[in-house]
Amino acid sequence: MSALAPTVVPRRAGVTVPGVTFPRVVLSEWTKLWSLRSTRWVLLVSFIAMAAPGPIISAVQMGRWAHLTLHDRVTFDSIDAGVGGWHLAQLGIGVLGVLIISGEYSTGMIRSSLMAVPRRLPVLAAKVLVYAGVTLVLMLIATLISYFVTQAIVTEHHIQHGISAPGALRVVIGNILFLTVLGTMCVGLGAWVRNSAGGIAAFVGLIFVLSGLIDILPANIGNAVMPYLPLNAGTGVATHHFDNSHHLSPWGGFALFCGYALIILLGAAITLMRRDA
Amino acid sequence: MIDVEHVTKRYGDRLAVDDLSFQVKPGIVTGFLGPNGAGKSTTMRVILGLDAPTSGRATVNGKSYRDLTAPLHEIGALLEARAIHTGRSAYNHLLGMAQTHGINRSRVSEVIDLVGLTEVAHQRAGSFSLGMGQRLGIAAALLGDPSTVILDEPGNGLDPEGILWIRNLLKRLAMEGKTVFLSSHLMSEMAQTAEHLVVVGRGRLIADTTVAEIVEQASREAMVVVHASQAEELARALSGDGVTVEAGLDGGLEVRGLSAPDIGAIALREQIVLHELTPQRASLEQAFMSLTGSSVEYRTGAASRDAGDELAVAA
Repeated sequence: MSALAPTVVPRRAGVTVPGVTFPRVVLSEWTKLWSLRSTRWVLLVSFIAMAAPGPIISAVQMGRWAHLTLHDRVTFDSIDAGVGGWHLAQLGIGVLGVLIISGEYSTGMIRSSLMAVPRRLPVLAAKVLVYAGVTLVLMLIATLISYFVTQAIVTEHHIQHGISAPGALRVVIGNILFLTVLGTMCVGLGAWVRNSAGGIAAFVGLIFVLSGLIDILPANIGNAVMPYLPLNAGTGVATHHFDNSHHLSPWGGFALFCGYALIILLGAAITLMRRDA
Repeated sequence: MIDVEHVTKRYGDRLAVDDLSFQVKPGIVTGFLGPNGAGKSTTMRVILGLDAPTSGRATVNGKSYRDLTAPLHEIGALLEARAIHTGRSAYNHLLGMAQTHGINRSRVSEVIDLVGLTEVAHQRAGSFSLGMGQRLGIAAALLGDPSTVILDEPGNGLDPEGILWIRNLLKRLAMEGKTVFLSSHLMSEMAQTAEHLVVVGRGRLIADTTVAEIVEQASREAMVVVHASQAEELARALSGDGVTVEAGLDGGLEVRGLSAPDIGAIALREQIVLHELTPQRASLEQAFMSLTGSSVEYRTGAASRDAGDELAVAA
Protein backbone atom coordinates (compact mmCIF):
# COMPACT_ATOMS: atom_id res chain seq x y z
CA MET A 1 0.00 0.00 0.00
CA SER A 2 1.46 3.29 -1.04
CA ALA A 3 1.02 6.37 1.05
CA LEU A 4 -1.49 8.93 0.00
CA ALA A 5 -0.55 10.48 -3.33
CA PRO A 6 0.47 14.10 -2.88
CA THR A 7 -1.63 15.45 -5.75
CA VAL A 8 -4.44 17.83 -4.92
CA VAL A 9 -7.75 16.73 -6.37
CA PRO A 10 -9.44 19.36 -8.55
CA ARG A 11 -12.91 20.17 -7.32
CA ARG A 12 -15.70 18.13 -8.90
CA ALA A 13 -13.30 16.47 -11.27
CA GLY A 14 -14.85 14.77 -14.24
CA VAL A 15 -18.39 15.97 -13.73
CA THR A 16 -20.56 17.50 -16.42
CA VAL A 17 -23.89 18.40 -14.83
CA PRO A 18 -23.66 17.18 -11.25
CA GLY A 19 -26.49 15.38 -9.59
CA VAL A 20 -28.70 12.33 -9.47
CA THR A 21 -31.03 11.75 -12.41
CA PHE A 22 -33.20 8.70 -13.03
CA PRO A 23 -31.32 7.62 -16.20
CA ARG A 24 -28.09 7.77 -14.18
CA VAL A 25 -29.57 5.58 -11.46
CA VAL A 26 -30.70 3.11 -14.13
CA LEU A 27 -27.18 3.02 -15.58
CA SER A 28 -25.81 2.45 -12.08
CA GLU A 29 -28.21 -0.44 -11.48
CA TRP A 30 -27.24 -1.90 -14.86
CA THR A 31 -23.58 -1.85 -13.79
CA LYS A 32 -24.46 -3.32 -10.40
CA LEU A 33 -26.48 -6.14 -11.98
CA TRP A 34 -23.77 -7.30 -14.36
CA SER A 35 -20.80 -6.79 -12.05
CA LEU A 36 -21.71 -9.71 -9.79
CA ARG A 37 -20.54 -13.14 -10.91
CA SER A 38 -23.47 -14.86 -9.18
CA THR A 39 -25.94 -12.72 -11.16
CA ARG A 40 -24.37 -13.62 -14.48
CA TRP A 41 -24.46 -17.31 -13.59
CA VAL A 42 -28.09 -17.31 -12.52
CA LEU A 43 -29.08 -15.43 -15.67
CA LEU A 44 -27.21 -17.94 -17.83
CA VAL A 45 -28.77 -20.89 -15.99
CA SER A 46 -32.23 -19.32 -16.28
CA PHE A 47 -31.71 -18.80 -20.00
CA ILE A 48 -30.75 -22.44 -20.52
CA ALA A 49 -33.56 -23.53 -18.19
CA MET A 50 -36.03 -21.71 -20.44
CA ALA A 51 -34.53 -22.71 -23.79
CA ALA A 52 -33.58 -26.35 -23.30
CA PRO A 53 -36.31 -28.43 -21.58
CA GLY A 54 -38.93 -28.03 -24.34
CA PRO A 55 -36.72 -29.34 -27.15
CA ILE A 56 -35.18 -32.06 -24.96
CA ILE A 57 -38.50 -33.45 -23.71
CA SER A 58 -39.98 -33.25 -27.21
CA ALA A 59 -37.00 -35.10 -28.67
CA VAL A 60 -37.36 -37.86 -26.08
CA GLN A 61 -41.09 -38.15 -26.72
CA MET A 62 -40.61 -38.27 -30.48
CA GLY A 63 -37.96 -40.95 -30.06
CA ARG A 64 -40.36 -43.23 -28.23
CA TRP A 65 -43.50 -42.15 -30.14
CA ALA A 66 -44.27 -45.74 -31.14
CA HIS A 67 -44.40 -46.76 -27.47
CA LEU A 68 -46.70 -43.94 -26.33
CA THR A 69 -50.33 -44.70 -25.58
CA LEU A 70 -52.95 -43.15 -27.81
CA HIS A 71 -53.92 -40.87 -24.92
CA ASP A 72 -50.37 -39.62 -24.55
CA ARG A 73 -50.12 -38.97 -28.28
CA VAL A 74 -53.38 -37.04 -28.36
CA THR A 75 -52.59 -34.91 -25.31
CA PHE A 76 -49.04 -34.06 -26.35
CA ASP A 77 -49.36 -30.36 -27.08
CA SER A 78 -46.39 -29.00 -29.00
CA ILE A 79 -47.31 -25.42 -28.03
CA ASP A 80 -47.16 -26.19 -24.30
CA ALA A 81 -44.06 -28.32 -24.83
CA GLY A 82 -42.49 -25.45 -26.77
CA VAL A 83 -42.64 -23.10 -23.75
CA GLY A 84 -42.32 -25.84 -21.11
CA GLY A 85 -39.02 -24.43 -19.85
CA TRP A 86 -40.82 -21.84 -17.72
CA HIS A 87 -41.38 -24.48 -15.04
CA LEU A 88 -37.62 -24.48 -14.47
CA ALA A 89 -36.78 -20.90 -15.45
CA GLN A 90 -39.23 -19.36 -12.97
CA LEU A 91 -37.08 -20.63 -10.11
CA GLY A 92 -33.93 -18.84 -11.30
CA ILE A 93 -35.75 -15.66 -12.30
CA GLY A 94 -37.60 -15.50 -8.99
CA VAL A 95 -34.61 -16.22 -6.75
CA LEU A 96 -32.40 -13.70 -8.58
CA GLY A 97 -35.16 -11.11 -8.36
CA VAL A 98 -35.15 -11.46 -4.58
CA LEU A 99 -31.35 -11.48 -4.35
CA ILE A 100 -30.62 -8.35 -6.35
CA ILE A 101 -32.08 -6.30 -3.52
CA SER A 102 -31.87 -8.56 -0.45
CA GLY A 103 -28.16 -9.06 -1.22
CA GLU A 104 -27.72 -5.31 -0.71
CA TYR A 105 -29.26 -5.56 2.73
CA SER A 106 -27.21 -8.59 3.79
CA THR A 107 -23.92 -7.00 2.73
CA GLY A 108 -24.69 -3.42 3.79
CA MET A 109 -24.45 -2.22 0.18
CA ILE A 110 -27.94 -0.73 0.55
CA ARG A 111 -26.42 2.06 2.69
CA SER A 112 -24.10 3.06 -0.15
CA SER A 113 -27.00 2.90 -2.60
CA LEU A 114 -29.23 5.08 -0.43
CA MET A 115 -26.47 7.57 0.40
CA ALA A 116 -25.94 8.07 -3.33
CA VAL A 117 -29.68 8.26 -4.05
CA PRO A 118 -31.27 9.57 -0.85
CA ARG A 119 -34.75 9.82 -2.35
CA ARG A 120 -34.63 6.02 -2.30
CA LEU A 121 -37.59 5.28 -4.58
CA PRO A 122 -35.51 5.71 -7.77
CA VAL A 123 -33.24 2.89 -6.54
CA LEU A 124 -36.17 0.45 -6.38
CA ALA A 125 -37.67 1.71 -9.63
CA ALA A 126 -34.34 1.43 -11.47
CA LYS A 127 -33.74 -2.07 -10.11
CA VAL A 128 -37.18 -3.17 -11.26
CA LEU A 129 -36.72 -1.56 -14.66
CA VAL A 130 -33.27 -3.03 -15.28
CA TYR A 131 -34.21 -6.49 -14.06
CA ALA A 132 -37.48 -6.53 -15.98
CA GLY A 133 -35.69 -5.39 -19.12
CA VAL A 134 -32.96 -8.01 -18.83
CA THR A 135 -35.49 -10.75 -18.03
CA LEU A 136 -37.71 -9.72 -20.92
CA VAL A 137 -34.93 -9.81 -23.49
CA LEU A 138 -33.35 -13.03 -22.23
CA MET A 139 -36.67 -14.86 -21.90
CA LEU A 140 -37.80 -13.57 -25.29
CA ILE A 141 -34.77 -15.09 -26.99
CA ALA A 142 -34.86 -18.29 -24.91
CA THR A 143 -38.59 -18.78 -25.47
CA LEU A 144 -38.32 -18.28 -29.23
CA ILE A 145 -35.41 -20.74 -29.43
CA SER A 146 -37.33 -23.26 -27.33
CA TYR A 147 -40.53 -22.83 -29.32
CA PHE A 148 -39.13 -23.09 -32.82
CA VAL A 149 -36.65 -25.87 -32.06
CA THR A 150 -39.46 -27.84 -30.44
CA GLN A 151 -41.71 -27.38 -33.50
CA ALA A 152 -38.87 -28.50 -35.76
CA ILE A 153 -38.35 -31.63 -33.66
CA VAL A 154 -42.04 -32.67 -33.60
CA THR A 155 -42.46 -32.14 -37.35
CA GLU A 156 -41.54 -35.78 -37.96
CA HIS A 157 -44.91 -36.78 -36.47
CA HIS A 158 -46.78 -33.86 -38.00
CA ILE A 159 -47.95 -32.40 -34.68
CA GLN A 160 -46.09 -29.08 -35.00
CA HIS A 161 -47.84 -25.71 -34.54
CA GLY A 162 -46.59 -22.67 -36.39
CA ILE A 163 -46.54 -19.37 -34.50
CA SER A 164 -49.71 -18.39 -36.36
CA ALA A 165 -51.63 -21.41 -35.05
CA PRO A 166 -54.56 -20.48 -32.76
CA GLY A 167 -53.21 -19.63 -29.30
CA ALA A 168 -49.55 -20.14 -30.20
CA LEU A 169 -48.48 -16.50 -30.29
CA ARG A 170 -50.50 -15.76 -27.15
CA VAL A 171 -48.71 -18.58 -25.28
CA VAL A 172 -45.26 -17.49 -26.45
CA ILE A 173 -45.81 -13.83 -25.55
CA GLY A 174 -47.66 -14.78 -22.38
CA ASN A 175 -44.76 -16.95 -21.27
CA ILE A 176 -42.26 -14.12 -21.72
CA LEU A 177 -44.49 -11.65 -19.89
CA PHE A 178 -45.25 -14.08 -17.06
CA LEU A 179 -41.55 -14.63 -16.33
CA THR A 180 -40.83 -10.89 -16.55
CA VAL A 181 -43.61 -9.93 -14.15
CA LEU A 182 -42.60 -12.79 -11.84
CA GLY A 183 -39.05 -11.37 -11.70
CA THR A 184 -40.44 -7.92 -10.94
CA MET A 185 -42.68 -9.32 -8.22
CA CYS A 186 -39.67 -11.01 -6.62
CA VAL A 187 -37.63 -7.78 -6.60
CA GLY A 188 -40.56 -6.40 -4.63
CA LEU A 189 -40.52 -9.37 -2.24
CA GLY A 190 -36.78 -8.93 -1.65
CA ALA A 191 -37.21 -5.22 -0.98
CA TRP A 192 -40.16 -5.81 1.31
CA VAL A 193 -38.65 -8.64 3.38
CA ARG A 194 -35.08 -7.18 3.18
CA ASN A 195 -33.53 -10.56 3.83
CA SER A 196 -32.38 -13.21 1.33
CA ALA A 197 -33.61 -16.32 3.11
CA GLY A 198 -36.89 -14.67 4.04
CA GLY A 199 -37.42 -13.25 0.56
CA ILE A 200 -36.80 -16.58 -1.15
CA ALA A 201 -39.08 -18.32 1.35
CA ALA A 202 -41.79 -15.77 0.58
CA PHE A 203 -41.35 -16.36 -3.16
CA VAL A 204 -41.43 -20.16 -2.87
CA GLY A 205 -44.34 -20.02 -0.43
CA LEU A 206 -46.40 -17.69 -2.58
CA ILE A 207 -45.73 -19.42 -5.89
CA PHE A 208 -45.32 -23.10 -5.08
CA VAL A 209 -46.52 -23.92 -1.56
CA LEU A 210 -49.92 -22.21 -1.58
CA SER A 211 -51.40 -24.57 -4.19
CA GLY A 212 -50.35 -27.59 -2.13
CA LEU A 213 -52.19 -26.15 0.85
CA ILE A 214 -55.29 -25.48 -1.21
CA ASP A 215 -55.20 -29.11 -2.39
CA ILE A 216 -56.04 -30.37 1.09
CA LEU A 217 -59.11 -28.15 1.35
CA PRO A 218 -62.51 -29.65 0.40
CA ALA A 219 -62.74 -29.87 -3.41
CA ASN A 220 -65.49 -27.27 -3.86
CA ILE A 221 -63.57 -24.65 -1.87
CA GLY A 222 -60.27 -25.63 -3.46
CA ASN A 223 -61.67 -25.35 -6.98
CA ALA A 224 -63.10 -21.94 -6.19
CA VAL A 225 -59.85 -20.58 -4.77
CA MET A 226 -57.33 -22.32 -7.05
CA PRO A 227 -57.64 -20.03 -10.11
CA TYR A 228 -56.83 -16.98 -8.02
CA LEU A 229 -53.50 -18.25 -6.71
CA PRO A 230 -50.62 -16.18 -8.13
CA LEU A 231 -49.03 -19.01 -10.12
CA ASN A 232 -52.33 -20.24 -11.59
CA ALA A 233 -53.48 -16.75 -12.43
CA GLY A 234 -50.14 -15.82 -13.98
CA THR A 235 -49.43 -18.93 -16.03
CA GLY A 236 -52.82 -19.20 -17.73
CA VAL A 237 -51.61 -16.87 -20.41
CA ALA A 238 -48.58 -19.13 -20.98
CA THR A 239 -50.72 -22.28 -21.22
CA HIS A 240 -52.39 -23.70 -24.34
CA HIS A 241 -54.11 -26.81 -23.08
CA PHE A 242 -55.75 -26.72 -19.64
CA ASP A 243 -56.08 -29.96 -17.63
CA ASN A 244 -59.21 -28.82 -15.84
CA SER A 245 -61.84 -26.20 -16.28
CA HIS A 246 -61.05 -24.21 -13.11
CA HIS A 247 -59.10 -21.30 -14.50
CA LEU A 248 -59.49 -17.64 -15.30
CA SER A 249 -59.34 -16.34 -18.84
CA PRO A 250 -55.66 -16.19 -19.93
CA TRP A 251 -55.36 -12.40 -20.00
CA GLY A 252 -57.75 -11.90 -17.09
CA GLY A 253 -55.58 -14.17 -14.97
CA PHE A 254 -52.46 -12.36 -16.12
CA ALA A 255 -53.99 -9.02 -15.18
CA LEU A 256 -54.67 -10.40 -11.69
CA PHE A 257 -51.06 -11.62 -11.50
CA CYS A 258 -49.86 -8.12 -12.44
CA GLY A 259 -52.14 -6.80 -9.69
CA TYR A 260 -50.43 -9.05 -7.14
CA ALA A 261 -47.04 -7.85 -8.35
CA LEU A 262 -48.17 -4.25 -8.03
CA ILE A 263 -49.38 -4.75 -4.47
CA ILE A 264 -46.06 -6.32 -3.51
CA LEU A 265 -44.11 -3.49 -5.15
CA LEU A 266 -46.24 -0.99 -3.29
CA GLY A 267 -45.47 -2.73 -0.01
CA ALA A 268 -41.79 -2.71 -0.95
CA ALA A 269 -41.87 1.01 -1.78
CA ILE A 270 -43.54 1.92 1.51
CA THR A 271 -41.05 -0.22 3.43
CA LEU A 272 -38.12 1.38 1.61
CA MET A 273 -39.33 4.89 2.34
CA ARG A 274 -40.28 4.32 5.96
CA ARG A 275 -37.72 1.97 7.45
CA ASP A 276 -34.21 2.88 8.59
CA ALA A 277 -31.54 1.43 6.35
CA MET B 1 -21.78 22.83 7.51
CA ILE B 2 -23.74 20.19 9.39
CA ASP B 3 -26.52 21.23 11.73
CA VAL B 4 -27.94 18.81 14.26
CA GLU B 5 -31.00 20.29 15.94
CA HIS B 6 -32.60 18.57 18.93
CA VAL B 7 -32.22 15.13 17.39
CA THR B 8 -33.69 12.27 19.37
CA LYS B 9 -33.56 8.71 18.10
CA ARG B 10 -35.33 5.86 19.83
CA TYR B 11 -35.04 2.21 18.79
CA GLY B 12 -37.96 0.54 20.52
CA ASP B 13 -37.28 1.07 24.21
CA ARG B 14 -33.68 2.10 23.75
CA LEU B 15 -32.92 5.80 23.59
CA ALA B 16 -29.85 6.03 21.35
CA VAL B 17 -29.70 9.80 20.92
CA ASP B 18 -31.30 12.18 23.40
CA ASP B 19 -32.10 15.75 22.30
CA LEU B 20 -28.69 16.27 20.73
CA SER B 21 -27.81 19.64 19.18
CA PHE B 22 -24.51 20.82 17.74
CA GLN B 23 -22.94 22.31 14.62
CA VAL B 24 -20.05 21.09 12.53
CA LYS B 25 -18.42 24.27 11.29
CA PRO B 26 -17.07 24.53 7.76
CA GLY B 27 -13.40 24.28 6.97
CA ILE B 28 -12.17 22.65 10.16
CA VAL B 29 -11.85 19.14 11.56
CA THR B 30 -14.46 18.45 14.23
CA GLY B 31 -14.06 15.42 16.42
CA PHE B 32 -17.10 13.50 17.61
CA LEU B 33 -16.04 11.87 20.80
CA GLY B 34 -17.71 9.51 23.18
CA PRO B 35 -17.51 6.05 24.68
CA ASN B 36 -18.80 3.09 22.69
CA GLY B 37 -22.57 3.10 22.54
CA ALA B 38 -22.83 6.85 23.13
CA GLY B 39 -24.88 7.35 19.97
CA LYS B 40 -22.16 8.59 17.62
CA SER B 41 -22.91 6.19 14.76
CA THR B 42 -26.65 6.72 15.14
CA THR B 43 -26.21 10.50 14.94
CA MET B 44 -24.12 10.11 11.79
CA ARG B 45 -26.72 7.82 10.24
CA VAL B 46 -29.38 10.43 10.98
CA ILE B 47 -27.23 13.13 9.33
CA LEU B 48 -26.85 10.88 6.27
CA GLY B 49 -30.58 10.24 5.95
CA LEU B 50 -30.21 6.52 6.61
CA ASP B 51 -32.13 6.63 9.88
CA ALA B 52 -35.06 8.95 10.43
CA PRO B 53 -34.83 10.80 13.76
CA THR B 54 -37.69 10.19 16.19
CA SER B 55 -37.76 13.97 16.60
CA GLY B 56 -35.59 16.91 15.65
CA ARG B 57 -33.69 17.26 12.42
CA ALA B 58 -30.26 17.24 10.88
CA THR B 59 -29.24 19.28 7.85
CA VAL B 60 -26.26 19.34 5.55
CA ASN B 61 -25.53 22.77 4.05
CA GLY B 62 -29.00 23.83 5.13
CA LYS B 63 -30.86 20.91 3.60
CA SER B 64 -32.08 17.56 4.81
CA TYR B 65 -29.83 14.85 3.34
CA ARG B 66 -32.83 13.37 1.53
CA ASP B 67 -33.35 16.68 -0.28
CA LEU B 68 -29.82 16.89 -1.65
CA THR B 69 -29.84 16.57 -5.42
CA ALA B 70 -26.15 15.66 -5.64
CA PRO B 71 -25.28 14.26 -2.20
CA LEU B 72 -21.95 12.72 -3.22
CA HIS B 73 -20.68 16.19 -4.22
CA GLU B 74 -21.73 17.74 -0.94
CA ILE B 75 -20.86 15.15 1.66
CA GLY B 76 -18.89 11.92 1.56
CA ALA B 77 -19.20 9.32 4.29
CA LEU B 78 -17.37 6.33 5.64
CA LEU B 79 -19.67 4.36 7.90
CA GLU B 80 -18.51 2.10 10.66
CA ALA B 81 -20.51 -0.79 9.29
CA ARG B 82 -19.47 -2.06 5.88
CA ALA B 83 -21.49 -0.70 2.99
CA ILE B 84 -20.04 -2.70 0.12
CA HIS B 85 -21.35 -5.78 -1.72
CA THR B 86 -18.74 -8.45 -1.08
CA GLY B 87 -19.17 -9.97 -4.54
CA ARG B 88 -18.35 -6.82 -6.46
CA SER B 89 -14.87 -5.50 -7.29
CA ALA B 90 -13.67 -2.23 -5.80
CA TYR B 91 -13.74 -0.64 -9.25
CA ASN B 92 -17.30 -1.72 -10.05
CA HIS B 93 -18.51 -0.72 -6.58
CA LEU B 94 -17.21 2.80 -7.10
CA LEU B 95 -18.34 2.88 -10.73
CA GLY B 96 -21.89 1.95 -9.68
CA MET B 97 -21.91 4.79 -7.16
CA ALA B 98 -20.28 7.24 -9.58
CA GLN B 99 -22.83 6.59 -12.30
CA THR B 100 -25.70 7.78 -10.10
CA HIS B 101 -24.12 11.24 -10.28
CA GLY B 102 -22.72 11.12 -13.80
CA ILE B 103 -19.17 11.01 -12.42
CA ASN B 104 -16.90 9.57 -15.09
CA ARG B 105 -14.59 6.55 -15.01
CA SER B 106 -11.38 8.56 -14.83
CA ARG B 107 -12.48 9.95 -11.47
CA VAL B 108 -13.16 6.39 -10.28
CA SER B 109 -9.60 5.37 -11.20
CA GLU B 110 -8.33 8.55 -9.59
CA VAL B 111 -9.83 7.84 -6.15
CA ILE B 112 -8.71 4.21 -6.35
CA ASP B 113 -5.22 5.53 -6.93
CA LEU B 114 -5.61 8.05 -4.15
CA VAL B 115 -6.30 5.34 -1.55
CA GLY B 116 -3.69 2.98 -2.99
CA LEU B 117 -5.99 0.19 -4.17
CA THR B 118 -4.99 0.24 -7.86
CA GLU B 119 -3.44 -3.22 -7.81
CA VAL B 120 -6.49 -4.88 -6.28
CA ALA B 121 -9.15 -2.72 -7.93
CA HIS B 122 -10.58 -5.64 -9.89
CA GLN B 123 -10.63 -8.16 -7.06
CA ARG B 124 -13.81 -8.99 -5.15
CA ALA B 125 -14.23 -6.63 -2.21
CA GLY B 126 -15.09 -9.69 -0.10
CA SER B 127 -11.45 -10.76 -0.28
CA PHE B 128 -10.24 -7.43 1.17
CA SER B 129 -8.63 -7.07 4.57
CA LEU B 130 -10.13 -4.68 7.09
CA GLY B 131 -7.64 -1.99 6.12
CA MET B 132 -8.32 -2.37 2.40
CA GLY B 133 -12.05 -2.23 3.11
CA GLN B 134 -11.56 1.05 5.00
CA ARG B 135 -9.56 2.45 2.08
CA LEU B 136 -12.32 1.48 -0.33
CA GLY B 137 -14.87 3.13 1.96
CA ILE B 138 -12.78 6.30 1.97
CA ALA B 139 -12.45 6.18 -1.82
CA ALA B 140 -16.26 6.08 -1.97
CA ALA B 141 -16.47 9.04 0.41
CA LEU B 142 -14.10 11.11 -1.75
CA LEU B 143 -15.63 10.04 -5.07
CA GLY B 144 -17.69 13.19 -5.64
CA ASP B 145 -14.92 15.43 -4.22
CA PRO B 146 -17.30 16.68 -1.51
CA SER B 147 -16.55 19.71 0.63
CA THR B 148 -17.67 17.82 3.74
CA VAL B 149 -16.44 14.40 4.82
CA ILE B 150 -17.93 12.26 7.61
CA LEU B 151 -15.85 9.40 8.94
CA ASP B 152 -17.16 7.01 11.58
CA GLU B 153 -14.30 5.48 13.56
CA PRO B 154 -11.98 5.41 10.53
CA GLY B 155 -9.10 3.92 12.51
CA ASN B 156 -11.11 1.06 13.97
CA GLY B 157 -9.35 -2.27 13.62
CA LEU B 158 -6.49 -0.84 11.58
CA ASP B 159 -2.84 -1.71 12.08
CA PRO B 160 -0.38 1.10 12.95
CA GLU B 161 0.43 1.67 9.28
CA GLY B 162 -3.27 2.02 8.49
CA ILE B 163 -3.78 4.44 11.37
CA LEU B 164 -0.86 6.55 10.20
CA TRP B 165 -2.36 6.56 6.72
CA ILE B 166 -5.72 7.76 8.07
CA ARG B 167 -3.99 10.46 10.10
CA ASN B 168 -2.15 11.75 7.01
CA LEU B 169 -5.36 11.65 5.03
CA LEU B 170 -7.15 13.74 7.66
CA LYS B 171 -4.33 16.28 7.65
CA ARG B 172 -4.59 16.44 3.86
CA LEU B 173 -8.33 16.94 3.95
CA ALA B 174 -7.94 19.67 6.59
CA MET B 175 -5.26 21.33 4.50
CA GLU B 176 -7.57 21.36 1.50
CA GLY B 177 -10.03 23.27 3.64
CA LYS B 178 -12.62 20.52 3.79
CA THR B 179 -15.13 20.24 6.59
CA VAL B 180 -14.33 17.00 8.38
CA PHE B 181 -16.53 15.35 10.98
CA LEU B 182 -14.79 12.44 12.56
CA SER B 183 -15.94 10.10 15.29
CA SER B 184 -13.69 8.24 17.66
CA HIS B 185 -13.65 6.86 21.17
CA LEU B 186 -9.95 7.69 21.46
CA MET B 187 -9.10 11.17 22.73
CA SER B 188 -5.45 10.84 21.73
CA GLU B 189 -6.44 10.29 18.08
CA MET B 190 -8.64 13.37 18.22
CA ALA B 191 -6.04 15.62 19.78
CA GLN B 192 -3.76 15.00 16.81
CA THR B 193 -6.24 15.99 14.15
CA ALA B 194 -9.33 17.77 15.44
CA GLU B 195 -9.68 21.44 16.22
CA HIS B 196 -13.17 21.36 17.63
CA LEU B 197 -14.71 18.64 19.76
CA VAL B 198 -18.27 17.47 20.27
CA VAL B 199 -18.35 15.08 23.20
CA VAL B 200 -21.34 12.82 23.81
CA GLY B 201 -22.23 10.21 26.36
CA ARG B 202 -25.37 8.13 26.52
CA GLY B 203 -26.81 10.00 23.55
CA ARG B 204 -26.45 13.40 25.23
CA LEU B 205 -24.18 16.34 24.59
CA ILE B 206 -21.49 16.53 27.27
CA ALA B 207 -19.24 19.18 25.77
CA ASP B 208 -19.04 21.29 22.64
CA THR B 209 -15.61 22.78 22.91
CA THR B 210 -12.19 23.19 21.35
CA VAL B 211 -9.27 20.85 21.75
CA ALA B 212 -7.32 23.82 23.19
CA GLU B 213 -9.87 24.14 26.01
CA ILE B 214 -9.64 20.48 26.85
CA VAL B 215 -5.87 20.73 26.91
CA GLU B 216 -6.18 23.72 29.22
CA GLN B 217 -8.55 21.83 31.48
CA ALA B 218 -6.07 18.97 31.53
CA SER B 219 -3.30 21.30 32.58
CA ARG B 220 -5.50 22.78 35.33
CA GLU B 221 -5.62 19.33 36.78
CA ALA B 222 -1.83 19.08 36.59
CA MET B 223 0.13 18.69 39.82
CA VAL B 224 3.71 18.70 40.96
CA VAL B 225 5.16 15.97 43.15
CA VAL B 226 7.71 17.34 45.60
CA HIS B 227 10.08 15.56 47.94
CA ALA B 228 11.96 17.81 50.34
CA SER B 229 14.13 17.63 53.44
CA GLN B 230 11.56 19.50 55.55
CA ALA B 231 8.27 18.54 53.99
CA GLU B 232 6.02 20.11 56.64
CA GLU B 233 7.78 23.46 56.52
CA LEU B 234 7.64 23.48 52.77
CA ALA B 235 3.93 22.62 52.81
CA ARG B 236 3.29 25.60 55.05
CA ALA B 237 5.35 27.88 52.83
CA LEU B 238 3.55 26.74 49.67
CA SER B 239 0.00 27.03 50.94
CA GLY B 240 -1.95 30.01 49.78
CA ASP B 241 -4.90 31.04 47.61
CA GLY B 242 -5.75 28.46 44.97
CA VAL B 243 -3.04 26.13 46.09
CA THR B 244 -3.67 22.70 47.55
CA VAL B 245 -0.97 20.61 49.12
CA GLU B 246 -1.60 17.00 49.98
CA ALA B 247 0.60 14.36 51.47
CA GLY B 248 1.49 11.89 48.77
CA LEU B 249 2.95 8.45 48.93
CA ASP B 250 6.32 7.84 50.66
CA GLY B 251 6.40 11.24 52.38
CA GLY B 252 6.14 13.34 49.23
CA LEU B 253 3.82 16.31 48.63
CA GLU B 254 1.30 16.64 45.81
CA VAL B 255 0.95 20.32 44.96
CA ARG B 256 -1.77 21.73 42.74
CA GLY B 257 -2.01 25.38 41.72
CA LEU B 258 1.71 26.14 41.55
CA SER B 259 4.18 25.45 38.79
CA ALA B 260 7.43 23.61 39.35
CA PRO B 261 9.55 26.82 38.94
CA ASP B 262 7.32 28.59 41.51
CA ILE B 263 7.82 25.76 43.98
CA GLY B 264 11.55 25.76 43.35
CA ALA B 265 11.72 29.53 43.99
CA ILE B 266 9.76 29.25 47.24
CA ALA B 267 11.98 26.39 48.40
CA LEU B 268 15.09 28.47 47.71
CA ARG B 269 13.65 31.41 49.65
CA GLU B 270 12.85 29.14 52.61
CA GLN B 271 16.24 27.41 52.22
CA ILE B 272 14.68 23.98 51.97
CA VAL B 273 16.55 21.32 50.03
CA LEU B 274 14.45 19.68 47.32
CA HIS B 275 15.02 16.02 46.56
CA GLU B 276 12.50 15.74 43.81
CA LEU B 277 10.41 18.18 41.79
CA THR B 278 8.29 16.40 39.19
CA PRO B 279 5.51 18.09 37.19
CA GLN B 280 2.77 15.60 36.34
CA ARG B 281 0.36 16.52 33.55
CA ALA B 282 -3.05 14.97 33.37
CA SER B 283 -3.19 13.34 29.94
CA LEU B 284 -5.83 14.26 27.40
CA GLU B 285 -7.15 10.77 27.89
CA GLN B 286 -7.66 11.57 31.60
CA ALA B 287 -9.31 14.87 30.76
CA PHE B 288 -11.64 12.99 28.44
CA MET B 289 -12.36 10.38 31.08
CA SER B 290 -13.24 13.06 33.63
CA LEU B 291 -15.57 14.61 31.02
CA THR B 292 -17.33 11.38 30.09
CA GLY B 293 -16.88 9.52 33.36
CA SER B 294 -20.16 10.70 34.78
CA SER B 295 -22.09 9.58 31.71
CA VAL B 296 -20.49 6.14 31.82
CA GLU B 297 -21.42 5.81 35.50
CA TYR B 298 -24.91 6.95 34.71
CA ARG B 299 -25.17 4.25 32.08
CA THR B 300 -24.17 1.53 34.53
CA GLY B 301 -26.62 2.86 37.10
CA ALA B 302 -29.40 3.14 34.56
CA ALA B 303 -28.85 -0.43 33.40
CA SER B 304 -29.46 -1.83 36.86
CA ARG B 305 -32.44 0.47 37.30
CA ASP B 306 -33.89 -0.78 34.00
CA ALA B 307 -33.49 -4.33 35.24
CA GLY B 308 -35.41 -3.30 38.35
CA ASP B 309 -38.18 -1.87 36.19
CA GLU B 310 -38.44 -5.13 34.31
CA LEU B 311 -38.83 -7.04 37.54
CA ALA B 312 -41.51 -4.61 38.63
CA VAL B 313 -43.36 -5.14 35.34
CA ALA B 314 -43.02 -8.89 35.67
CA ALA B 315 -44.43 -8.73 39.19
